[in-house]
Amino acid sequence: MILQAAAFWLLAGATIVSAFCVVAARNPVRAVLWLIVSFFSAAGLFVLLGAEFLAMLLIVVYVGAVAVLFLFVVMMLDVDFAELKQGFLSYLPLGGLVALILAAELVLVGSVWASAEGAAALRAAPMPDGLTNVEALGRVLYDQYVYFFQAAGLVLLVAMIGAIVLTLHHRPGVKRQNIARQVGRKPSEAVELRDVKPGEGIGE
Amino acid sequence: MSGLIEQFGPLWGTLAVVGQIVAFMIVLLLSLAFLLLMDRKVWAAVQMRKGPNVVGAFGLLQSFADFLKFVFKEIVVPAGADRTLFLLAPLITFTLAFIAWAVIPVAPGWVIADLNVGLLYLFAISSLGVYGIIIGGWASNSKYPFLGSLRSAAQMVSYEVSIGFIIVTVMLLAGSMNLTAIVEAQAGGFWHWHLLALDALPWPIFLVMLPMFGMFFISALAETNRPPFDLPEAESELVAGYQVEYSSTPYLLFMIGEYLNIVLMCAMATILFFGGWHPPLDIAPFTWIHPVFWFAIKVVFFFFMFAMVKALVPRYRYDQLMRLGWKIFLPTALGAVAIVGAYVTFGANG
Repeated sequence: MILQAAAFWLLAGATIVSAFCVVAARNPVRAVLWLIVSFFSAAGLFVLLGAEFLAMLLIVVYVGAVAVLFLFVVMMLDVDFAELKQGFLSYLPLGGLVALILAAELVLVGSVWASAEGAAALRAAPMPDGLTNVEALGRVLYDQYVYFFQAAGLVLLVAMIGAIVLTLHHRPGVKRQNIARQVGRKPSEAVELRDVKPGEGIGE
Repeated sequence: MSGLIEQFGPLWGTLAVVGQIVAFMIVLLLSLAFLLLMDRKVWAAVQMRKGPNVVGAFGLLQSFADFLKFVFKEIVVPAGADRTLFLLAPLITFTLAFIAWAVIPVAPGWVIADLNVGLLYLFAISSLGVYGIIIGGWASNSKYPFLGSLRSAAQMVSYEVSIGFIIVTVMLLAGSMNLTAIVEAQAGGFWHWHLLALDALPWPIFLVMLPMFGMFFISALAETNRPPFDLPEAESELVAGYQVEYSSTPYLLFMIGEYLNIVLMCAMATILFFGGWHPPLDIAPFTWIHPVFWFAIKVVFFFFMFAMVKALVPRYRYDQLMRLGWKIFLPTALGAVAIVGAYVTFGANG
């Protein structure tokens, strides 16, 4: 119990501190690295809650793939942060107002929050007895809500195809490798032996 | 692990777990020293050289001599490098290489953390491996390391995708993500191994699983940046890629981490496809050998294969590497998941 409490405070503290550092870091690459630390600590919190599948998924998807792409892009960018921070004071009142409105809305929603019947019981025991995390989630996703799940997949597929169509353009004059044509090539088509006379060359 | 805590109480139980972890790490590092020597010896034998043979009998102590050499050299941090991240990168690689081993079962019950999502944990940790390389390359503040780290980031992310789907086929066959359960599902002889999956007959699932193993092996080569996919450190163009600026102990950490990852991939191949600690035949002369030795024999065999590939196969070109990963392995693995899924639904449970 003591170990668990210590782990919780450590991970929760690390999550908050690293999340703050994401905003505070001057160097964009370091900001992304802090973001990764934050993801990682959040995954640790999931493990403490007994949601190990979600924890692993968080690491595989966000830390292993999404954040790598972030890092990839940020490293290539030449961001001058001194320039970006110049307008900080002039934008502060407007930004502060937006933040205030958002906070007020959150408080309003939170104060009138109503739960559905039986939701509290479900929350207290999220998993049916004798099931592992993976099985429980799989039953909900693939048995109970399989059509919604497939619909979400379709939406993502459409988004993916859209992104590819928008960015794909074949420029003329670019040499591409055609593996099938290379493999299908025969020596008789590719190599030609010529008898070159001295001083004349091939003459082409 | 929790068993130890219940058995000895919170304090001594925790200490016992820590002791277990330390013992496992020492065994790993010691065996790694000799695996490194084996790597060099195999490579030398293919090229008709003798390999390291001066330090100790047959060069047995070569790795230890190298270790001392690395540790006593001066650590050079380039001017203009991001000092913290520069030193953090090898530590990340080294640590990640070790914590992945926490879920590897080497014999019945011989595992530090018997996670329910062990396979996913392994996958998650191996997907983090890219950070050591990419941070190291960036923090060096130099062109070659940066190019090397960018290459490796793209390469490792690409091959992770196909490894993920290959793992899913094994997971479907075993019906579990727990590594111990996956090994137990292959008990009873080599025809039960997921490599052959002859249990599934008359469904010819071995026609799917044999190529899956081949793809896993090739993807493992790409994932660990081994030849023929060692483009991140291609010495002919990038000198040594992301590790150009590293010397002394930080370099040693990178190297140990890299080799531990290779051995980890060998262990994964053993567990996923070759029945883990189970002997090939479940009869007398084979069962006399302790399971942990069967596990070790299989891991060493795969390490030998890794070494042979390094010695025999020329380096891929980068666009060919990407083509192989995205256009061949990914669709094939997806198709295999569909076929194995169909077998599990209609054949095994239908």
